[in-house]
Amino acid sequence: MGDEEGRGRRRRSGVSRRDFLKIGGIAASVPLVTPKFVRAAGADVPVHGPGKTPVSLTINGKAYKADLEPRVTLLDALRNNFDLTGAKRVCDRGTCGACTVILDGKAVYSCSVLAISAQGHQITTVEGLGDPERMHPVQKAFWDNDAQQCGFCTPGFVVATKAFLDRNPNPTPEQVRKGICGNLCRCGTYVGVRAAALQAAGEGGRRNG
Amino acid sequence: MRPFEFASAKTKAQAVGLLGTSFDQAEVLAGGSDLLALMKDDVVHPKRLVSIQGITELREVKPSEAGLTIGALRTLDELAHDQEIARRYPALAWALGEAASPQIRNVATLGGNLCQRPRCWYFRGGHGLLAKGPSGESLVIKGDNRYHAILGNQGPAYFVSPSTIAPVLTAYGAKVRIHGPKGDREVTVEKFYRAPQSDTEREHDLQPNEIVTEVVIPKASGTQAAAYEVRQKEAFDWPFATACAVLKMSGGRVESARIVLGHVAPVPWVSEMAARSIRGKSVTAETAAAAGQAAVESAIALSRNKFKIQLARVAVARALLEASKATAAA
Amino acid sequence: MANYEWPAADKRSLIGKRISRVDGPQKTTGRAKYTYDQNPRGMLYGKIVRSPHAHAKIVSIDTSAAEKHPGVKAVELMTEPGKEIFWAGDELVALAAVDETSAEDAARLVKIQYEVLPHFVSDAEPPADVPVGGPLSENEIRSMVTTLQVPVGQVVSRVQSDGITFTPKEEDLEQAKKNGMPDALIDAIRKAKVVPPGKGGTYKKVAAQTQGDPDKGFSESEVVSEGIYGSPVITHCCLESHGAMSEWPDPEHLFVHISTQNVSGIPGQMSEPLKMPATNIRVHQDHVGGGFGSKFSVDSWGIVSAKLSKKAGGKPVKIMLDRRAELEVAGARPSAYARVKVGAKKDGTLVAWEHSGWGTGGVGGGGAPPLPYIVNVPNQKKQHTAISNNIGSARAWRAPNHPQAAVITMGALEDLAAKLNMDPVDFFLKNIELTSPRAKIYAEEIRKGDELIGWKKNWRPRGESPGPVKRGLGMSIHTWGGRGHNSECDFTINPDGSVSVKLGSQDLGTGTRTCIQMVAADSLGVPFDAVKVELGDTQYPPSGGSGGSTTIGGVSSSTRRGAIDALNQLFAKVAPALNAKPEELEAVNGTVRVASDTKRSLPWKQACAKLGAMPVTARGVNKSGMTPDLTNSGVGGVQMADVSVDTETGIVKVNKMVAVQDCGLVIDLKTAESQVYGALIMGIAYSLYEEKIMDEQTGRMLNANMEFYRLTGIGDFGELVVHMMTGPGYDERGVIGLAEPPTVSPGAAISNAVANAIGVRVPFLPLTPDRVLAALEGKEARRAAL
Repeated sequence: MGDEEGRGRRRRSGVSRRDFLKIGGIAASVPLVTPKFVRAAGADVPVHGPGKTPVSLTINGKAYKADLEPRVTLLDALRNNFDLTGAKRVCDRGTCGACTVILDGKAVYSCSVLAISAQGHQITTVEGLGDPERMHPVQKAFWDNDAQQCGFCTPGFVVATKAFLDRNPNPTPEQVRKGICGNLCRCGTYVGVRAAALQAAGEGGRRNG
Repeated sequence: MRPFEFASAKTKAQAVGLLGTSFDQAEVLAGGSDLLALMKDDVVHPKRLVSIQGITELREVKPSEAGLTIGALRTLDELAHDQEIARRYPALAWALGEAASPQIRNVATLGGNLCQRPRCWYFRGGHGLLAKGPSGESLVIKGDNRYHAILGNQGPAYFVSPSTIAPVLTAYGAKVRIHGPKGDREVTVEKFYRAPQSDTEREHDLQPNEIVTEVVIPKASGTQAAAYEVRQKEAFDWPFATACAVLKMSGGRVESARIVLGHVAPVPWVSEMAARSIRGKSVTAETAAAAGQAAVESAIALSRNKFKIQLARVAVARALLEASKATAAA
Repeated sequence: MANYEWPAADKRSLIGKRISRVDGPQKTTGRAKYTYDQNPRGMLYGKIVRSPHAHAKIVSIDTSAAEKHPGVKAVELMTEPGKEIFWAGDELVALAAVDETSAEDAARLVKIQYEVLPHFVSDAEPPADVPVGGPLSENEIRSMVTTLQVPVGQVVSRVQSDGITFTPKEEDLEQAKKNGMPDALIDAIRKAKVVPPGKGGTYKKVAAQTQGDPDKGFSESEVVSEGIYGSPVITHCCLESHGAMSEWPDPEHLFVHISTQNVSGIPGQMSEPLKMPATNIRVHQDHVGGGFGSKFSVDSWGIVSAKLSKKAGGKPVKIMLDRRAELEVAGARPSAYARVKVGAKKDGTLVAWEHSGWGTGGVGGGGAPPLPYIVNVPNQKKQHTAISNNIGSARAWRAPNHPQAAVITMGALEDLAAKLNMDPVDFFLKNIELTSPRAKIYAEEIRKGDELIGWKKNWRPRGESPGPVKRGLGMSIHTWGGRGHNSECDFTINPDGSVSVKLGSQDLGTGTRTCIQMVAADSLGVPFDAVKVELGDTQYPPSGGSGGSTTIGGVSSSTRRGAIDALNQLFAKVAPALNAKPEELEAVNGTVRVASDTKRSLPWKQACAKLGAMPVTARGVNKSGMTPDLTNSGVGGVQMADVSVDTETGIVKVNKMVAVQDCGLVIDLKTAESQVYGALIMGIAYSLYEEKIMDEQTGRMLNANMEFYRLTGIGDFGELVVHMMTGPGYDERGVIGLAEPPTVSPGAAISNAVANAIGVRVPFLPLTPDRVLAALEGKEARRAAL
């Protein structure tokens, strides 16, 4: 029940009650360091960290705030601070694609972007594309073509495919193979992914998001 | 990752002011793809990251009569789709489009690509750039060196230079523009890389308080060029060997050639021998193969990487054959 | 008498059709929650300190600085001074902190002193003079008895003279007895001296075993082929790493989320180490991000998450392995290599087989693959040496030992066929009776494969493909058991017509949920969506671990039985309203009706309303020996590969693969086909890329990442064709597991296709450019020497 309540609240305020408590709890144990300023080339440049510093992100059109150390990646902020767990942590080194999100219209590995650097950008996660009741055409195409088994790579593939189709609305099978090469699957669902990308292209896979 | 502080520079001068006199003090954050991985593996642990993403002047591409100047912050994806590059430097456009994956190309910058660190698994495993064991011996020599250098591998460096773009830029005779406390300086991409002689050195000529600001590529009108990468996987895979050939042709014969290999040496490997071999000849399967052979004449196999000599040979031959069929650049 | 039999083909409206997986929308939208995604309020993040040394003795452990680090709530030792570590990455200390960065910083403060000991991580061919003997691991005893068929007397005397490396548990011995292990051997194991792992020497050789008269067989052979074949150690590389989140709602009760293939089996594994009754342990899992055989155990990290949580006042503690640990310690497939000699008559009739094999599964040595695989050559002589080394221990890997056995056997047979100048298809068909009892199925499948890949049209003798890029065809056959495991479910029909099936099983992405729902709906004659399946919790009836391709047979059988029993209870309540006896009723097309007079019928909802206030629940049970038997064992499959090899670079590309597979009655054709596609793609990965690369100097895995531990990408293969053998002759066998068998053949088929293309065998997988070029060079050298 707590979960549902949390989701409901997040829709209104951007950050759930649960997240607030969580952040509050952590902040209590590690003192928050406000930015200090360093003189560089005649200007006072704010320097954040190494302790926590306020970070504001725009995710799926909503504002999210947390106090984070500069070393926290966008992926870890999404998962640990905002409970947006669709993006997965698998290799954590920018090789597998399971953490793919869209940043200002382009697919990126959220494990390789610092949360603090992601401020001021529009971030779209798999949760922002659709939900089980109203799937995005790409999500629907993945389901129709069984482009998933264990499903752990699937959100990353869905987001990568969406971003690919945004730039290549009518791809050839060859372009699909090349254009979604930044994601890995262990179960071996690529036959479904190839078909899903082509189906979604045909059905207007660029819709919304 | 160890804790660090984060500052965002708005100008080149600010960036330099925020950097330190050692890499342990501060590192430059551009796209971050490689740097964050190195920090997660505790291979580098700077106390401060200086983001240069806010320095807008480093995002420009400026065509001129003399060539093309590319801001260091242009992403590989932007450059892979850049019409000027496609027209003037088709081999570069191709290599940009083949680099890594779409997600990496979307954030990785040209400057970051040139400054990425070697993928040597001993280096990434925390044994230092020169991969030394407890008694100072090279782990590479007695260890698994299947992906290591076959040229320029007299030691102490045995890793291979990781950028697939640098050999192409080297073949086009590009220069790197660097900004530091004393202002700007320029160095050819070829000279930007060097094989370190001690663990305190890096594999490139960049001081801890300097940043790469631009890459300047001289005019290449009329050249025919191609790059070739020997990769096991179709995409998103480190090559075993690459080669780029930039040819000036005259009457069906090679008037002059720049042939540069990648992933075979601690630096992008300029092969004068291969260039000399093909000069004055028309490019055929035989002359291309001979140039490939010339490129690896001085190669020395380590215990596990003899196959790379063959792959480097083939990369050169295939790059030459493709270059000979390429349309002349604008 | 209830009729549990599977419905006849004309009575199935869902079974055998293509149904999209029921949890698909959850997965594609990122809403599916895995163990890794658990994130409750107040959760602590666990972190494990691991050994950087492959072999060392722990001298001291100092956690004082870590304990004082801000945010740290609990620290637990996972080893102690004096203990020996046998592989790099082994667990030493665990701690939990309020966030990941605090946990990471604290882990860095743990100080451990080691006495570093010599290590050995190679699995190169053992020296020829290794004496027969040495203490035996469980795996080795099992494979001596089963795959090597060493006479029991010999195994007993070996156990008596050399000892064993494990401490036998009485319940395991009882289970072994039930599985048919002879009393004499069980008795010997019980009394054997226990030599700790790692103390038994590096090599353990089994005395040569014979069948028939191999010497005579070879003397009668007209053509003899000799070769060397094998596969290295590879990893599971589950995308969701291993891990668990434990919490104590009260001091007596433990609640565990764990990434597992074995929900029902986890409490039993936790009770002893935690000194608490299993009944007080609840385990839950909604989704698991890959297992492939590596996730049956609670593992030391699962136990320590519970201990840390207890120390932290019951707060949830989540520990997930990072990628390096996942690849270094959380599972490996043993290597297997062999020198093989095989002889035949000029017409292709197989006469004699001899092999000397070796391989490793880590410190415990590892099992021997069943050789020769499937093809029971009349005269055999075989020997195996297990190598004990300092790499992370082996775990079951999708069809344990079979892929390795196929690579060796099918490779040797293809080499022999080439020497005989025979098309491998003709060669296999010539010897098809040796594949008994599935000879007929293999023959049919070979013919189907031929048709789908155009074998007869495209096959050329070895090395006769023109040009620098050579094309070749290769084939392999495989088998697997796949009988359904023990499974129980609670099958409930509610007065409002809703239906639920609850069981402690798990869906690994194979489509288990979907298949249960299909069986349930078809058994009641209701629409697919009328049924709700709940699994992944120990509050539901126990259902077996998902290994050995046993799940589909188990859960479909228990569901079917539960459905029929619940339906009969419903019929008893409905019968009076239809003026019929319960046994005269049937449930079809959303109605309950009289079978002989279908006009006397009630819509499903109205029929269920006759239940009154109380639902009916039946316990569906599947266990061995039940009649009718709804599941079965033993499948056959054939795969063919079409590859291109660039002989200048040694790079292999798979142009096309065909998989022809039987698995009895298919429940969901869509997810079944996905299993086979996935198996082919995983097979391409281990054929071309995968290899756990160990460094003898540092004792570490060099490629413990996803950059140099390569997996197949979306562009790395051409066309894949899957053909399921269904219909008469197959369906009536009952439901048989599918996930493992199609993983067996790709390595052999691709290796054979490469040999066919380039005219020489590349002995070992993966078929990387260095290996392919070395083989080509060897061929050139031999040609030059002639």
